[in-house]
Amino acid sequence: MLSRSRILLATETAAMTYRRRWRGSVFSTVLTPVLMLAAMGLGLGSLVDKGTAARRASLGGASYLAFLAPGLLAAAAMQTAANEAIYPIIEGIKWRRTFHAMLATPLTASDVALGQLLWIAVRIAMTSAVFVVAIVAFGAARSGNILLALPGAVLTGTAFAAPVAALTATLDGHQGLVSLMRFGIVPLYLFSGTFFPISQLPAVLRPIAYVTPLWHGVDLCRSLALGNASLGRVALHLTYLLAWTTIGSALAVARFKKRLVV
Amino acid sequence: MSDVGRPTVVEARGLTKRFGTTTAVDSIDFDVAQGEAFGFLGPNGAGKSSTMRMVGCVSPASDGKLRVLGMDPSTDGPSIRARLGVVPQDDTLDAELTVRENLFVYGRFFDLPRRVISERVDHLLDFVQLGEKAGQKVEQLSGGMKRRLTIARALINDPDLLLLDEPTTGLDPQARHVLWDRLYRLKQSHKTIILTTHYMDEAEQLCDRLVVMDKATIVAEGAPQELITRYSTREVLELRFPVGQQEAALDRLAGLGERVEALPDRVLVYTDDGDAAAAEVHGRRLSPVSMLVRRSSLEDIFLRLTGRSLVD
Ligand SMILES: Nc1ncnc2c1ncn2[C@@H]1O[C@H](COP(=O)(O)OP(=O)(O)OP(=O)(O)O)[C@@H](O)[C@H]1O
Ligand SMILES: [Mg+2]
Repeated sequence: MLSRSRILLATETAAMTYRRRWRGSVFSTVLTPVLMLAAMGLGLGSLVDKGTAARRASLGGASYLAFLAPGLLAAAAMQTAANEAIYPIIEGIKWRRTFHAMLATPLTASDVALGQLLWIAVRIAMTSAVFVVAIVAFGAARSGNILLALPGAVLTGTAFAAPVAALTATLDGHQGLVSLMRFGIVPLYLFSGTFFPISQLPAVLRPIAYVTPLWHGVDLCRSLALGNASLGRVALHLTYLLAWTTIGSALAVARFKKRLVV
Repeated sequence: MSDVGRPTVVEARGLTKRFGTTTAVDSIDFDVAQGEAFGFLGPNGAGKSSTMRMVGCVSPASDGKLRVLGMDPSTDGPSIRARLGVVPQDDTLDAELTVRENLFVYGRFFDLPRRVISERVDHLLDFVQLGEKAGQKVEQLSGGMKRRLTIARALINDPDLLLLDEPTTGLDPQARHVLWDRLYRLKQSHKTIILTTHYMDEAEQLCDRLVVMDKATIVAEGAPQELITRYSTREVLELRFPVGQQEAALDRLAGLGERVEALPDRVLVYTDDGDAAAAEVHGRRLSPVSMLVRRSSLEDIFLRLTGRSLVD
C-alpha cells in the first residue's frame, strides 16, 4: 500500500468519526459568521461608511462590510485551524489514544500526521464555505469573486494548522496551547488587517503584520474578493502561506514520530 | 526454519530496548514457529510489553536483530503490520464509537473493502459473543467485553500472527474463562499466537512453549510441562501456620519432600506425592492451620528461578 493511500485512509476515518459529532459543531460553524458579520459589518460598518471619501478610499472603495467580510473569512479559517489542530490531536495522542490504535495497523506516524492535517484542511473548507454563504446572504459579496477567496482561506488555515499541530504533539499538557490561543491567536485578529487596513497601524507595528501568516491570508482573500489583486502580491502571499504549511507539516510529521514511536 | 521444521515467524537475536538509561529488554533471543502459541511470562516491569511492541513494529529496537514474518521491522513496518493482529496491554478502542464502528474504522486502516469488513464484522462479533452489543457505544461495555472487542478488532485483517499483551488482566474469573475459550479456538485454527501474562494457569492453558522473563532478560524457556519437570515437582503441599509459629515449624519440616520453600505467609513443600508429604507432616506432630495439595504450576517455577512470587 502506498503512503499516499495510507494518508487518505487516516483522513477517511477522521471523517467517519466526525460524522458522529458534526451536530455539535454546526451551531458554531453557522453562528460565528452570522454574529461577526452582523455585529462588526453592519453595526460598525454603518459608522465607518458615513466617513469621508478619503476613508472610503483606504478600504479600496468598498463598503466596510464588503471590505471586512473576506478578512473575517481568513481570520475564521485561522480560528478553525487552531481549534482543530489542538483538541483532536491531544485526543488522539492522550485522551482517546486513537493514534496509538492506528499505529498498530499499516499506517505510520507520518501517515497519521498528514492524514490528520488533510482532514483539518477539509474541516476548514467546510466552515469557510458556510462563511462564504453567510457573506453572500449578508449582501457583503461585491461579485462572484468571493469564491476565489475560499481556497485562499483554506490555505490560510493550513498555514496555522500545520505548525500548531506540531506544537500540540510536542507539549505535554494543553494549558500552553490554551494560552497560545488566548495570547497569540486573538491579538492576530487585531494586528493583521482583519478589521482595518494595516496602513492604519503605527509604522513600528506594521512589520509584525507582514510576518504573521494571517495578514497574508487576509490580504490574499480580500484582494481576490474585491477584485483588486495584483499578480505579484498574490504570488507573494501564496508562497508565504505555502511555506508555513509545508514547513509546519514537516515539523508535525517529525513531532508525531517522536511522540508516538517510542 | 525452526527446530520443528515449520517456518519461523519471529526471530530475535540480542534484541534490546532502552529508554534513556533504563534497559527494558536486555539482549534476548527467541524464535516463534508458525502455528505455535508462544508465551512471555513475567512480573511487572520484566520487559514483556516492550518486547511485544518491538515485535508489533510500533517501537523500534535499540539493538539486536529482529525479523517478523521474514521481514525487517525497521524497513518493512507497514507490510508486517498489515499481517499482524494486535491486542495492546492498554485498550485503544474508540470509546465514542459503537462496537461495530470500532471494528469498521479499524478495518479501513488495513484498506479492506467496506463489503469485506461488513461481512467480517458480523462473524467476529458472533465469535466474541458481542453480537447483541453491536450498536452500543464502547464506553458502555464492561472490561471483559472491551477486551473481547479488542480481540475481534485484532482479527479483522485475518492476521497471520496474533500478539496479545495481557489479554485477561483485570478480568473476573468468569470473563477470563470466556476469553480463554475464544483464544483456545484461535489456537486450534493454527494461528500463530504470542501472548504475555502474569498468570501461570493462563500460560499453561494456552502456550505450547514459553519463556520466563525477569528484569529484562529471559531466565528460562520450554514447554509448560517441561519447565515444571525441570524446575519443580509434580505436586506441591502448601502449609499455613498460626502467626509467629512458622519459624519453629520450619525446623521440623526439614528434609520433607524434595525441597521446602518458606514464603512470608506460607510454606511450600515440593514433592512428587503431596498426600504422603501431608501424612508425614502429621507424623511429625505439626498442626498447620491449613494444608493443601495442588499440582505444581509455573508460579512455582518462577519462584524457584527468581526467588520471588509472581503476582505480588
Ligand atoms: N515509554 C517508556 N518510557 C520509559 N520507560 C519505559 C517505557 N515503557 C516501558 N518502560 C520501562 O521499561 C521497563 C519494562 O517495561 P514493560 O512495560 O516492558 O514491562 P512489562 O513486563 O510489560 O510489565 P507489566 O507486567 O507491568 O506490563 C520498565 O522498567 C518500564 O518502566
Ligand atoms: Mg506490560
